[in-house]
Amino acid sequence: MSSFSVTEPSQRSKWFAGTLVILYALITMVPLAWIMLTGFKTPPDSISYPPKVFFEPSLEGYVNLFTTRTRIGQEALDALPPPDTWYEEIVRERDMVIAGPSKFGERFLNSVIIGFGSTFLSIVLGTLAAYAFSRFKIPLADDLLFFILSTRMMPPIAVAIPIFLMYRQLGLSDTHLGMILLYTAVNISLAVWLLKGFIDEIPREYEEAALIDGYTRFQAFYKVVLPQAATGIASTAIFCLIFAWNEYAFAVLLTSGTAQTAPPFIPTIIGVGGLDWPAVAAGATIFLLPVMIFTVALRKHLLRGITFGAVRK
Amino acid sequence: MAEVVLKDVSKSFGSTVGVAGIDMTIPDGAFVVLLGPTGAGKTTTLRLISGLEKLDRGEVFIGGRRVNDETPAQRDVAMVFQQYSLYPHLSVRENLAFPLKSPILNTPAEEITRKVAEVARVLQITHKLDNKATELSGGEMQRVSIGRALVREPQVYLMDEPLSSLDAKLRTDLRIELKRIQASLGATILYVTHDQIEAMTMATHVGVLDQGKLVQFGTPRDIYENPNSVYVASRLGQPRINILPGDLFGTAPKGAHQIGLRPEHVTQGEGRAAQVGRVEHLGDHTRLHLRLDGHEIITLADPHADYQPGHEVDIAPRDPLCFDASGDRIY
Repeated sequence: MSSFSVTEPSQRSKWFAGTLVILYALITMVPLAWIMLTGFKTPPDSISYPPKVFFEPSLEGYVNLFTTRTRIGQEALDALPPPDTWYEEIVRERDMVIAGPSKFGERFLNSVIIGFGSTFLSIVLGTLAAYAFSRFKIPLADDLLFFILSTRMMPPIAVAIPIFLMYRQLGLSDTHLGMILLYTAVNISLAVWLLKGFIDEIPREYEEAALIDGYTRFQAFYKVVLPQAATGIASTAIFCLIFAWNEYAFAVLLTSGTAQTAPPFIPTIIGVGGLDWPAVAAGATIFLLPVMIFTVALRKHLLRGITFGAVRK
Repeated sequence: MAEVVLKDVSKSFGSTVGVAGIDMTIPDGAFVVLLGPTGAGKTTTLRLISGLEKLDRGEVFIGGRRVNDETPAQRDVAMVFQQYSLYPHLSVRENLAFPLKSPILNTPAEEITRKVAEVARVLQITHKLDNKATELSGGEMQRVSIGRALVREPQVYLMDEPLSSLDAKLRTDLRIELKRIQASLGATILYVTHDQIEAMTMATHVGVLDQGKLVQFGTPRDIYENPNSVYVASRLGQPRINILPGDLFGTAPKGAHQIGLRPEHVTQGEGRAAQVGRVEHLGDHTRLHLRLDGHEIITLADPHADYQPGHEVDIAPRDPLCFDASGDRIY
């Protein structure tokens, strides 16, 4: 049975569109795939020329990522008892012993605390501000909104030096709180603008009904507006998290120890005798996972969120 | 249930007048219908009583309590919105239970179940209780929105054209049901409608609004039989009252610029000859559209008599309502 529809695209244009999308996806995914592959190579394989696409996988990169190692002489090595674990065995093959765990775990945890913390704070403050802008008569609302947006009109790094000095004075340098506040400040303009758009789309009649039904305005906001803004909140949260998670410049500038996040840490992984590319790639791969999981978990909302306002049911 | 008193209630939106100085007493247990064209201030009046809008001037009393500074929740009113306003993320059951679960009422679970089931039965939506509110037809949404008001026992029910999108059968059923609820619970209801049958059958009192002012308030019968202006007379009556020049049937009654003739107040078989324009057979009665000196007159006729367009019928006024030049009733 064949059917003809005006709105349905033809088979040929579907094929064409599909091919384009797949091509684009391949192009964007090749670097990612290369990083993931490199994580499973041995250091010599990772720098071989011509590059190796097929190789014997190894976990050396991951072992090196999570450990610090020292090189010891052949005699000392021979004097050691045989290795207890598979990772010790990998290290021994390079004439080294494990000296202790690396800082990657801590740095990764810092990224999680700072990334999710600032995302949470941006969303909470952004939702409240967006609701106020959407529902209440605020003096100079348009100017305030423009002012909020204007914080995005220059690259954040342009204010790096004042922020650096300010943070040093306030004792916020290299603290989790300092980084959370900084990323929140950068993200909040995006959050307010995006969320205001979503909340504007929710008719105020629902809140009015809830007010009549015996709820206070805050309860109406919480019970009626928030569930309906879930789509917008989810997609805004993803954008905020991606920024805070990937941010590099401020992290380099403002953190060095306790609050250092993973992005400035990963490139500093040095192997013995040069950059340990498999370990760097392994770090990058693990670093990608939380954002990927978060995005996949919220992808239904994200798709609806990105096209919000396009078609109204 | 409670008495609702409005004193000099006024509200403007920018330069647009919503309501202007309304004084009205809605007695405890009364069913008051507000009539008026779009923009007359009917919905604004409901919103001012509910507390969704703040008064510019005047006072609102519910059950003797001045509620000007109270929130809608504190006022304890239930409202049926014209645009339904069902919570789209909740099921029908949750929508109906929503007001009962409010911190103010905080109803025990088993009572919620009982009340929701009861209201769903009355509104014939039991089979839809587990649907999402967005998966309903317009008529079903309207019933749920009525139900969300009826699960409560508030001081006053405010209803903004609650039956407008229902089919004829259901509308009749619900009209009877609302009237029964009002009578048995002694509920105070303030009701906005355009539907004349709803107004005449349910109301104990009718208030007629014109450009934000209350121009007449009385029993439906009083409003129908004794309107105080052409405007009020035109609000009730289907077909509408015939407004004619005072001297159409010879000498005008003293001072009468216009006379108003209800269709049933046109006597046939005497007076002046009018041409039959159109005949509408409605089954139990027949409407005649007559022309006399360029004026159209609608009257009722014996459904069994045979009228043909072009025939002539002699007509004369009986008990006309007389209005002066500005449209006010003189007698």
